[in-house]
Amino acid sequence: MPDKTPWIEIRDLRFARGGRTIFDGLNIRIPRGQVAAIMGPSGSGKTTLLRLIGGQLRPDRGQVLVDGQDVHRLSRRALYRLRRRMGMLFQSGALLTDLDVFDNVAFPIRENTRLPEPVVRALVLMKLEAVGLRGARDLHPAELSGGMARRVALARAIALDPELMMYDEPFTGLDPITMGVIVTLIRRLHDALGMTSIVVSHDVAETSSIADWVYLISDGRVVDQGPPARLQEAATDWSRQFLQGLPDGPVPFHYPAPDYLGDLMNAEGRR
Amino acid sequence: MTALQALGRWWLGVLGRLGRGHLFLLRTLVALGPLMLRPRLWIRELYSVGVRSLLIILVSGLFVGMVLGYQGYITLVDFGSAEALGTVVALSLVRELGPVVTALLFAGRAGSALTAEIGLMKATEQLSSMEMMAVDPYRRVLAPRFFAGILSMPLLAALFSAVGVAGGYLVGVGVLGVDAGAYWAQMQANVDVFDDVLNGVIKSLVFGLVATWIAVFEGYDTEPTAEGVSRATTRTVVHTALAVLALDFILTGLMFGAL
Repeated sequence: MPDKTPWIEIRDLRFARGGRTIFDGLNIRIPRGQVAAIMGPSGSGKTTLLRLIGGQLRPDRGQVLVDGQDVHRLSRRALYRLRRRMGMLFQSGALLTDLDVFDNVAFPIRENTRLPEPVVRALVLMKLEAVGLRGARDLHPAELSGGMARRVALARAIALDPELMMYDEPFTGLDPITMGVIVTLIRRLHDALGMTSIVVSHDVAETSSIADWVYLISDGRVVDQGPPARLQEAATDWSRQFLQGLPDGPVPFHYPAPDYLGDLMNAEGRR
Repeated sequence: MTALQALGRWWLGVLGRLGRGHLFLLRTLVALGPLMLRPRLWIRELYSVGVRSLLIILVSGLFVGMVLGYQGYITLVDFGSAEALGTVVALSLVRELGPVVTALLFAGRAGSALTAEIGLMKATEQLSSMEMMAVDPYRRVLAPRFFAGILSMPLLAALFSAVGVAGGYLVGVGVLGVDAGAYWAQMQANVDVFDDVLNGVIKSLVFGLVATWIAVFEGYDTEPTAEGVSRATTRTVVHTALAVLALDFILTGLMFGAL
C-alpha cells in the first residue's frame, strides 16, 4: 500500500499568464508512491502545472510543497538540490542534440555526481537496458524515431533514480506499439524504483490504465477526482464528456460566435 | 489605443528588455567563475566561435588591406609620401578597421549562429530540461559561449590586422612599386605598441563583450518559435552593428580624441 503522506501538495494555487487566468484556487495532494494522472483538455494548464511543481514558473498566489518544502521559497541552490530528486519526461523528449544517446543519458550523472567513468558507463547501460535501447547508444537524436527519442529521454530522466517522476504528455504522437511500450515502462519503472509519479495527459485510456488516482482539471481548478474506475462510472457531465470523448456537452463544440443565420445574412460584414 | 499609450508600451518593453539583459549579464558573469574549473567546456566553444570564423576574417582582412594599399597610395603619392603607406595601412587596421570590421563580421558569422543555437535549444526545451536535471544553463551553456566570444574577438581582430598589413604590402610593394624597406620601416617607426596596438586590443575586447552579450542574450530571451528565433537572429546582427559603431565612436574619442 502506498504511503498516504502527501509528497506533493498544491494549496490554493493561482497562476495567470498574458492576462489569462490558468489556475485559480487549485488544490491537489499526491501521496508518496502514487501514480497520479492530471487530465484535462488542451490548454487547461497541465504542462504549466508541472513547471510550477518543478519551480520553473512562479505562482501569483498559493503554495507548491514538495516533500514539505515550499518550492518557490527555496534558494536557487536548494531548488537545484530538490530537482536532483525529480525527473521529468518532456513531451518533445528535449534531448540534447549535440550529444549521442549514451552521452544524453550520462549527462545528468556527469553533471551532478563525481562518479568515475566506468561507473557512469555501467549506470547508463542499465538505464538504456531498462528502456530497451542499450543497442542504440551510439545514435544521435536526429537518427531516432519519436518513440525511441522518448524512451531515451525516459532513461535520462531516471538516470539519478528520482523520487518523483513527472511525465508531460508521454503518449502524444506515438504509434500503438510504441504507446504500449511507454505505458508499460512508466508503470514498471514506477513500481521498480518506488517513485511517486505524475502523468499529465489527455489520452484517457492509456493514462487510466496506469494511474492510481485521476485529477480532472478545467477552468483552472480540479473539477473531479478519484480512482479511474470510479470516474468512468459516476462522473459529472463534464467528466463524462471528457472521458468518453463526446464532441458536445458542458464544453461546447462551437467557439463563442454571433448568431449563425444573422452572420450569414450580413452580406456587408467584412468577414 | 492612443499613440501615447503605444509609445508608453513600446518604451516599457524596451526598458524591460534592458533590465533583463543586464540581469542576464550579471548571472553570466557570476557563472564564469566555476567555468574556469572546466576548461573543456569553453575550449569547445572557442573552436566553434573562433576557429570557424577564421576563414571569413582572414579573407576579409586580406581584401580590406589590399584596398587600403590602393587607396592609401593614391592619396599619398600626390604628396610625395608613398613610402608612408605602411604606416597608413597599419594604423587604419590596428586602430579602427581591425576591431570594427572583425566585430561586424563576428556578428554575422558567429553571433547569429550563437543566437540561433541557443534560441533553438530554448524552443526545443533543451534548456528547460537542463534546469529540471539540476544543471544550470548559465553555467553549462551560456557562460562557455560568452567567454569564448570575448576571448576570440581580440585574436580574430589581431589576425585580421596582420593579414590586412600583408594585403597592403602585396598591393603597395608588389603592384604599385612602393619600396619594401620603407613600407616596414615607416610602420615600425610610427605604430606605437601602447597608443595604437593596445588601444585596438581594448576596443576589440569591448566589442567582443558587447557582441557576444547581445548574441547570447537574444538567443536566451527569444520567443520559442521558429519566427521568434528568426527575429532574434536578425536583431543580433542589427543591434551588434549599431552598438559596435556607436561604441567605436566613444572609444575613439576617449583614446585618440578630446572626449
